[in-house]
Amino acid sequence: MIAAARPIQRPFDARLLVISRNGAITHAARSGLADFLQPGDLVIANDAATLPASLHGVHLPSAAQIEVRLAGRSSLAPDDLRFSAVVFGAGDWHMRTEDRPPPPPLARGDRIALGPLVATVDGLLGHQRLVALKFDGPPDTVWAGIAEHGRPIQYAYLDRTLALWDVWTPIAALPVAFEAPSAGFALDWRFLDALRSRGVEFATITLAAGISSTGDPALDARLPFDEPYRIPVKTAAQIRRAKTRGGRIVAVGTTVVRALVHSGGRAGEGVADRRIGADTRLCVVDAMLSGTHAPDESHYQVLRAFQRDDVLARAEAALEASNYRTHEFGDSVLIFSHQDSAPAGELSRNCGGPVRATPDVSYVPGTLNA
Amino acid sequence: MNTPRVAITGGTSGLGLALVRELRRRGSRVAFVARTRERVEQIARDHPGTHGIVGDIARKDDIHRIALQISTALGGLDVLVNNASSLGPTPLALLADTECEDFALALETNVLGPFRLTKALLGALTASAREGRGAIVLTISSDAAINAYAQWGAYGASKAALRHMSAIWGEELAAEGVRFLSLDPGDMDTPLHALAVPNADPATLKRPETAARELADAISAALVTEPA
Repeated sequence: MIAAARPIQRPFDARLLVISRNGAITHAARSGLADFLQPGDLVIANDAATLPASLHGVHLPSAAQIEVRLAGRSSLAPDDLRFSAVVFGAGDWHMRTEDRPPPPPLARGDRIALGPLVATVDGLLGHQRLVALKFDGPPDTVWAGIAEHGRPIQYAYLDRTLALWDVWTPIAALPVAFEAPSAGFALDWRFLDALRSRGVEFATITLAAGISSTGDPALDARLPFDEPYRIPVKTAAQIRRAKTRGGRIVAVGTTVVRALVHSGGRAGEGVADRRIGADTRLCVVDAMLSGTHAPDESHYQVLRAFQRDDVLARAEAALEASNYRTHEFGDSVLIFSHQDSAPAGELSRNCGGPVRATPDVSYVPGTLNA
Repeated sequence: MNTPRVAITGGTSGLGLALVRELRRRGSRVAFVARTRERVEQIARDHPGTHGIVGDIARKDDIHRIALQISTALGGLDVLVNNASSLGPTPLALLADTECEDFALALETNVLGPFRLTKALLGALTASAREGRGAIVLTISSDAAINAYAQWGAYGASKAALRHMSAIWGEELAAEGVRFLSLDPGDMDTPLHALAVPNADPATLKRPETAARELADAISAALVTEPA
């Protein structure tokens, strides 16, 4: 696959690889996405807007230049100003994260100046570069400082510095994501109109999509961090109705799969703390629209819940052979699940497969997958 | 009935400030935007519970920062009031005497700014509409958007464009449940009017508080008639 280096959310020639329920592979134009949906289906997207979560500044005890990447929060509440964060040494996104120098040694109580903001290290989270961070000041001041000083998190394969408008999907609402829920880049208002005229419903959830890569193998092994989410009452009702009429639930992005599997499609707030993998029972979700993911990415594990490894290997070969573009501004894959969908009455039970015995929703999300 | 979450641009003077006060008095959650930090902080202090945001809607780089702060301050958005506006050249000038830069600034403030801010907040507004809270974009219009008045070229042309844009948004987004209102509050005793017509007799002008009450009534009526 080819890295999509230009931050264009909807290139006119974007492509779509479709993997059917029985594992058949089709190449299509992404503009024809609606053709693969049927009346009665329900498309669910993550409407989180993306924060400018990369903050450059100074570690005051050592006077060292650092970059802080906000990476997690335990709730979606605007007045919750405690974050988990990954800290890098000097440098910026032009350098591959793998090559970035580590930050100076960090300790609880260290003060960090980030443009107009000051934050305190509230603890280390089992890794030299992963900290709990608490900002000084009332919420309005902190958000204003993040809005003014922060930049979107981005990676070395891009050819220019991202602005916020590059990473907000057309439906972006509450700014809680640390990296863009980029499967939603494919959505535009014309597509939503096309769904309506086809008799396909549309709904949203909000999940604070976390950081996707740190360049540190030990940290990357802990991804994704826990992610708070909310399922609106209306969305839960739409899911029940779609299931009752035999419609399929199409999740836009891995974040939506994670929220739906964790919640079982029920309304309310939660913290998605389970990874999706080959042994996950998807029950609520019948298909997913996502970017193109290579086997070494954590997102690839999500695909394994949808299809057998031999089907995924054929899909991967097809993406490579046809030079699909990868990363967040790349082409898309629509993958249908080979699992049997749960009927409406069973939605709240047995979703998600293996469940942690004692769900821990204490305040620092980054600790939970350790 | 949910407490409406309202954002108002140009919220530190004239009609905008009157709207901040009126909507706050009625129990709405209010965020307001204006350019001057000292004014924004002063108004926010004087009106506890409101959220002041410093930004210039005429600047493209400010738009998403403003949208981010509106959404975090209110936890979402039900009503956007595009109130901030620029007269163009002051004192008012004949079009033939209007500098291109002054015309451009009127278009940036009165047309492109509201376009960009509405677009950036459309996700929040449609989310609100989907959840049955209602979603309204209220644009403050003017009779200069309809009638051709000499010396009001930059303002009148940009307000006409704003009014038409609002109408087209309304056509396109009706199915998403977002309603677009364009209302003319009438000639008011405001700093903007004083700039345009320095010698006007205030007694002949509407008080901005009166216009704010009428607009707040229109917002309430539109939210009530929203289908669940």
